[in-house]
Order: sequence, then C-alpha cells, then structure tokens
Amino acid sequence: MFEEYNPINEKIFRVIDNDGKVINKKWMPEISNERLIKAYKDMLFARTADLQTVSYQRQGRIYTYPPNYGQEAISGATAMVMRNEDWLVPAFREMGAYLAKGATLKELFLVFMGHEDGNVFKNANNMLPTSVPIASQLLHAAGIGYEINYNKKEQVVYAFVGDGGTSEGDFHEALNFAGVWKAPVIFIVQNNQYGISTPFKMQTMSKGIAIKSIAYGIKGIQVDGNDIFAMYQAVKNASEQALAGNGPVLIEAVTYRKGAHTTSDDPTKYRTKEEEEAWDCTDPLKRLKAYLISKKLWSQKEEDQLVEEYKLEVDRQFEEAENYPAYKLEDVFKYMYDEMPEDLKKQQNEYENFMKWKEARK
Amino acid sequence: MKVMNMVNAVNDALDIKLAEDRNVIVYGEDVGVEGGVFRVTEGLQLKYGVERVFDSPLAESAIVGTAVGMAAAGLRPVVEMQFSGFAYPALNQIISHVSRLHNRSRGRFNMSMVIRMPYGGGINALEHHSESMEAIYGHIPGLKVVIPSTPHDAKGLLISAIESNDPVIFMEPKRIYRAIKQEVAEEKFTVPIGKAKVISTGTDVTVVAYGALVREVQKAMQMAKEAGISVELIDLRTIYPIDKETIAASVKKTGRIITVAEGPTSFGIGAEIAAIISEEAFLHLEAPPKRVTGFDTIVPLPKGEHFYMISPEKIFYEIERTVKY
Repeated sequence: MFEEYNPINEKIFRVIDNDGKVINKKWMPEISNERLIKAYKDMLFARTADLQTVSYQRQGRIYTYPPNYGQEAISGATAMVMRNEDWLVPAFREMGAYLAKGATLKELFLVFMGHEDGNVFKNANNMLPTSVPIASQLLHAAGIGYEINYNKKEQVVYAFVGDGGTSEGDFHEALNFAGVWKAPVIFIVQNNQYGISTPFKMQTMSKGIAIKSIAYGIKGIQVDGNDIFAMYQAVKNASEQALAGNGPVLIEAVTYRKGAHTTSDDPTKYRTKEEEEAWDCTDPLKRLKAYLISKKLWSQKEEDQLVEEYKLEVDRQFEEAENYPAYKLEDVFKYMYDEMPEDLKKQQNEYENFMKWKEARK
Repeated sequence: MKVMNMVNAVNDALDIKLAEDRNVIVYGEDVGVEGGVFRVTEGLQLKYGVERVFDSPLAESAIVGTAVGMAAAGLRPVVEMQFSGFAYPALNQIISHVSRLHNRSRGRFNMSMVIRMPYGGGINALEHHSESMEAIYGHIPGLKVVIPSTPHDAKGLLISAIESNDPVIFMEPKRIYRAIKQEVAEEKFTVPIGKAKVISTGTDVTVVAYGALVREVQKAMQMAKEAGISVELIDLRTIYPIDKETIAASVKKTGRIITVAEGPTSFGIGAEIAAIISEEAFLHLEAPPKRVTGFDTIVPLPKGEHFYMISPEKIFYEIERTVKY
C-alpha cells in the first residue's frame, strides 16, 4: 500500500466515491457489518455533539469551541484501529478520537466551560490533554514512541495536527526524531484546507503534506480523509508498520472544515459559499451512510430516531458539566507542583484574607 | 480628532507608517485577508497590497526569524504574534538574534522591527490566551518593551516603535481593545518610548500600573477617595527602558508605592520597581513596597480566572493596608 500510494506519485488513496460506491476493490477493507455500523453511529454521535456544542456556545453556555464538522471520518477511522493500550496525542479537533479513548463529553464540555478538571479524562488510558500551541504535541508523541521502543512495548502513538501545524518547526523536528528513533508514531495531519483564514496553498508550496515524509525517510500516504474505508485501511496499515518496528508513518487526511476555525471565527471573511458547496458532496457521513443504505444496513428512520436519543444524551452530559462543583481558590494552586513551595501556599493564604475582607465589607 | 478604540488606533498607526515609509512591511498569521483575529490590521492589505501586508504560514519562529533578515536588509517589519501565549516558538529568534544582532555586528545591523502581540487575561479564553509575560521580554537585554493603556498612547507609541531603530516588543492589552474609546488626533504624532505618565497626582501613595490595569486602578481610586486616601497614579507605558525618574520622584513625595501588574509575582515588573525604589528612594519610604499581581500559577481557565484577575477591590485593599502600615 505504501509502495502503491507513494506520495511521490501524487495519487490520493480512495476506496469509495462521493456516492458511497466502492471504486477501489483491491483496497476495500474487510470490516464486519456490525463494526461498520458502530463506526457510523460513533461518527453520528460526534457530529450531533459537535453541532449541539456550537449551539451551546451561541447560547452563551460555553466559551470558545473549535468545531469538528465535516472531519469526523478521520477520528472515526482512528477509533476503529486504536486500542486501549495505544496512545492518543491530540491537537484539538478530534472529538471522535477523544471519545473512543474513553474521554467523556462531560469532560470536554467542562474544558470549554473553562474548568481544567475536564482535562483529566479519568477513564481514558494513555492520552495526553488538548494541546493548544500548534504542532508542539508532535514532539511529545515522538518521545512517547521512544519509551515504547525502550521498554519493548507493543503500542502505537496516534498524534494529530492540522495543515497549518505542518508549517511549524516542531512538525518537522518530530518527523525527523521519530524517523531516527524508528518510533511507532502515526502522525495524522487533518488537512482541512485552512489554518484559520489561511488557505492551504498559502501554507506551503508543496504538493500536499504526505510527500514531506520522503525527506524524513519515513512512510507517508495521502488519503481522502472523508472516506472512512480509505482512512481505516491507511491507519490500520500504518499501525501494522509501526508495530512491526518499521518506524513512523505520516498520514495526510484530506478533508474540509465545514465549520468555523472556532466559534470566534467568521469564515465568510475568507471563503465563498460556492467553495463550501463544492466540498459538501464529499461529506464523510453522507458517503458512509449511502454505502450502508445500499447494503441495506441502515435506514433514515433508524437515523432519525438515533439522533433524537443522541441529542438527549449530549444534553444530559452537558447539564452534568454545568452542575459541576464551583471552582475553588485551591483549584488554582493545587496542581502547580507535586511539592508546593511554601511561598505559593502563602500566596493562597493571603488571597483568602483578602476574600474575608471583601466578604466583611459587604 | 476622531473617536477611536485601541484596535482603531493601532490600525491607524500602521496605516500612517505604511503610507509614508515603503520599508514598512506588516505580516503574521491571518493579518492579511482576515485583518487579524482581532481585526487590528483590517483593510490594510486592500490598501497597500499583498507585498506589504500579508498572511504568513503558521510558524511564529519563522515570522520573527524572517523579520530579522528583513531588518538586517533595511526593511522595517511589523510582525504580529496572534496571541502572546503563542509567541514562545519565536523566543529563540528574539533572544538569540532580535536582541543581539545590533551588538553582535557592532552596530552594523539595526534590528528595526516591531513585534506586536495581544496579551493579558479577562476575556474568558482557552489556555495560552490569557497570560501576561512582559517580564520575560523586559529581562532580555537589547529589547524595548512597550504597553499602551489608551488608544491615544497606542497610536503614538506604535509610531515611535516603528520609527525606532531598536527592536520593540509592543504588547497590546486585548481586554481593553474595544472597551475604551477616546478622541485621538487623526494626523501623525508620537509618544516617546521610555517615558511614564503621571495620570493623576496624589499625596498618600503612588500606584504604578500599565495596560488594562490602569483602568482598574482608576476604579480603585474612587474607593480610596471615599476612604480619604489620595493616590498618585503612574501609567508606566514602557516596561523597558523603565522610567526610574518619574517613579522615584513620585515616591519621594508620597512615601508609599504599590505596583499593579497582572503577570506572576516572582521576578516580575513589580519586583523590578520595588528594587528601583529601594535604590532611589529608600529613605523616603513609610511602608514596604507592595506588589499586586497575579499568583505564581498558570492563569486559570475562565471558571477560575476571577481569582487570578486583579479587581479594583483587591487594589483598594492593598492601598488601604499600605497607607495604614
């Protein structure tokens, strides 16, 4: 697969077309119907949650949120391959991957409501929290990969970044280090065509991102990121490569950010309705749904019913997050150090004195 | 005169310098087509073209590093770090080259550049969008560090910064980007770098603040007035070179000093001012210098940010304690 789709040939890896028809039988993965339906449901849940989160933001119930809309197949496919013992090193637009790892919506909501406790991801094994400084997390992934090799573990690291992030030095340094160390890291670039307002063509003169793997001596592949079958096949093959000791793989998942960069952003400033509509037919859920319906594995009726259930579940978790205990002064200090310096305790005490004074003044 | 907020004022300063000096080049992430995430550079690309106002690829180190080359070659780049919390990849360039090339080349190369960055908390933002790390830049020899508190000063100081042959870190208090409006002269004017401003005179205590905190001190001064305390307020305006004379002269008069700065306590601007006062006005002190700052912690996310942010009550609390000392 990595030979056939060597990025030097500028051939994008695709298994189904925009109507959900298989166009690449050779690489059509064997996935049980049951698993495939689960993958679709997971993507549907992520989309429902995503759209609802944007509306919570509009209602003023959370602060800034980066929508995932249109990119769900990338997380969806990763979720199908990623195991409990594997690592997830996220950026911030991979809700489906977070959830697959065991993070809950409630925790994600807590973070977007402005509480660090949401970053704990209590039930998620081997997962780092969100990393806001673009591409910086990729080096952490390489370091984790080193530990896996050092202790001869059978694990893979799934590390995410966007197309904008590939312009940062850290991206290149991470590919280089992981390559030199043969670290079992799958670098997944969600090329959603925009770094905030900056289109991909202004980010690099390179014909895509996958091709950059060649210079680092690692495997790479450009994949239709809205084609769940292609993404699954690529991630699965990449993880087999990594587990076999062949080192990192760079997957460029070509997709489109249907939403805004974050809820603070207004895409009408820098892109046209026509462009958005042109990408619409590539929507990952539409394509998988068309495939499932053609195999009689899914119906609109089922979907409508399920979406209603999902909406209630999303609301339920949102309300749980809203009812989370109030932020306390000690929450500011408690986790700064394992061993808190005396001076920091004093700063907390002094602030408590101020709060008492303020209370007494009322 | 024209009513401007700080976004308008910064935009106006850039507009004036772009118009009169073709060596001025403005770039950074999303500053071109979009006009910046805070709309500070809005309209400038349309007016001056993509060669002079443009979007760069996403890489802070590269933005500053290329500006070093441009400045060495004679241009006057004005680059934007989208948030001060994103500027850290560029610290290597700032510490290793921006602040040094003039000295390293024995004055052959000027680092005539401005690095603009919005900073500070209070906007309910995600992680890395709220910190006040001006002390880092103040500690780097070779840089000038400027922070305006009003639209008028933002315009005048930025024009001075762009015209300076030395590199200037220009930090914009984003919390008050649109919160304060005032009449600002439409024509070109400058406000000198390195000069603090006495905003109101008083006799009991000197309060030194800058950026968004100046306004908070003014609110605290209302409470102080009701309590019969007379406050002298100094807007620092320039972090480095710091205006020792203005601060020392004021403390010699009032005998007391409080510094108000949002960054962490330790090794901050307040610490520097306390040291200056110890050196310059020791025998005039009637109370120990007091620092009102953020904690030595990460700025909490929005739910906890109110503990960290400096309120007028907190400032008044410290004013009262210092005066009663």
